[in-house]
Amino acid sequence: MRKACLSEIYGLAKRDERVLFFGSDLGSGTLSEFKREIPDRFFMEGIAEANIIGVMSGLAMNGKIPYLNAIAVFLTRRCYEQALLDAAMQNLKIRLIGSGGGLVYAPLGPTHIAFEDMALMRAIPNMTVVAPCDAEEMKRLMPLTLDYDGPMYIRLGKGGDPIVSPPEKPFVIGKAISVTEGKDALIVSTGIMLKEALDASYALKEKGISAAVLHMHTLKPIDAETLLKKASGAKAVVTVEEHSAVGGLGCAVAELILEAGLGSKKFKKLAIPDTYPNLYGSQELLLERYGLKSADITQAVLELLR
Amino acid sequence: MEDTALDGISLDYRKDILDIMDRARRGHLPSALSSVEIIRVLYEDVLRVDPQNPLWPDRDRFILSKGHGCLALYVALARKGFFPRQELYGFCEFGAMLGGHPEYMKAPGVEASTGSLGHGLSVGIGIALSARLDGRAFRTFALLSDGECDEGSVWEAAMCASKHRLTNLTAIVDYNKMQCYGETCEVMDLEPFAEKWRSFGFAVKEVDGHDVAGLGRVFRSVPFDAERPSVVICHTLKGKGIHSIEHNANWHHKSKISDEEMNTLYRELGAPR
Repeated sequence: MRKACLSEIYGLAKRDERVLFFGSDLGSGTLSEFKREIPDRFFMEGIAEANIIGVMSGLAMNGKIPYLNAIAVFLTRRCYEQALLDAAMQNLKIRLIGSGGGLVYAPLGPTHIAFEDMALMRAIPNMTVVAPCDAEEMKRLMPLTLDYDGPMYIRLGKGGDPIVSPPEKPFVIGKAISVTEGKDALIVSTGIMLKEALDASYALKEKGISAAVLHMHTLKPIDAETLLKKASGAKAVVTVEEHSAVGGLGCAVAELILEAGLGSKKFKKLAIPDTYPNLYGSQELLLERYGLKSADITQAVLELLR
Repeated sequence: MEDTALDGISLDYRKDILDIMDRARRGHLPSALSSVEIIRVLYEDVLRVDPQNPLWPDRDRFILSKGHGCLALYVALARKGFFPRQELYGFCEFGAMLGGHPEYMKAPGVEASTGSLGHGLSVGIGIALSARLDGRAFRTFALLSDGECDEGSVWEAAMCASKHRLTNLTAIVDYNKMQCYGETCEVMDLEPFAEKWRSFGFAVKEVDGHDVAGLGRVFRSVPFDAERPSVVICHTLKGKGIHSIEHNANWHHKSKISDEEMNTLYRELGAPR
């Protein structure tokens, strides 16, 4: 997903002079072609994220479109104020691309695990928050980032994530994708959790339960219209996110359902508990521990429908 | 630093600032008084700006990174004609153009939203880089407070500016040696300050920050070096021009200023209320 994303940025830079690439201290050789061919628009600015976002904001004030790639925790936590005040308050077009969203860096511990990145970014007025599900969807997203207004946070998965995005359905920032239809339950996912949601829907089908899967790739602005349309027809709603239970997809969906008067709807939020994920191991093992695998989703739907 | 005498224009600036405070009864008065000559000289003598066309792409940019000193900036912008003088008197009122810290695109002539310290130099670097990328000749100036230089982001920015050899960028520090709690040498000593900037790759000049002629000479001579960004360390007196608040930590930020206090401020400045 990261490879697809960076290669798209290189392509955008070749056809649009406004596009700049920023890194903090990325792996050796990152975008080496970009650096060789367009050196004056390639910036590797060191382990100084606060400064980088300020610099990008100054450039965006003058019509540039800077893209920053850094580890998700460092470009959300460390420089939150710069993202909020320097960039978002002015509605500037900067793109923050967070590597290792969710539990990707499980073995590295909580300093590197971006479990609350989307909640932080969601709380910033003007900020758009997108979590694609795979590399193919990333390729559909990136060209749209050129003309989309305001600041944007894009969450990257581990890389090599299975391709599950439906190629026939158009990708529009802020529009959820109905991946499968179903009348009994609605599963809403974001980011790479789409695969788990789909696997759950197949398992449920075998048990005679039809569950719709809605991929909420854009967490902000959230597609309330599609969500409520799908939710109002379902007996139960389950949300699943590789993110803290505080302030992410589940919270956003629950608020919308309650405010729309669908409060009697059966509802379950699957998310990382409000804790520091310090068990190491692997992303896969942590997803299992925190109940974010397809079997957990299947179980949640069955319990709600019981 | 000598106690530099203030000329008529410097006194007018201070009178305007007191008139704003007389209505709002709040503000960071000593921080604004400390920067009056720096900001005045820039707008009178140095910056190429067009108040009729505040977003002219080739204008010089001035970023008040020490956003709490905004009263001096607002007076300069009003005098220059960026907005009607009347706007000054709405300072901090509900729905006003001018708030307790300056906001970009809200008040014409304000080039960055500041107020949280340690942001302005980085934004200035981005603006200076955009000039270079677009082949534009405008210059960027960022005025920092001394206390602001406690922020690590200032030194991240300093490294970045010197890495890019941004000769079109000038940092200015209002070095009044006081921060909110007390003297900078006690709260977080900045010395050897000029040496710090030099070691971070800047060409450094020091000047009396209330000497109008001296400031003009220094600002007109940027860049000081063909390879390095410039910094001007301005030695100033916090609260300059009103004796009882000079170098007085109790006055960093005040609200609910009484009539009696206002009378004292005007009297000490030597201006009619």
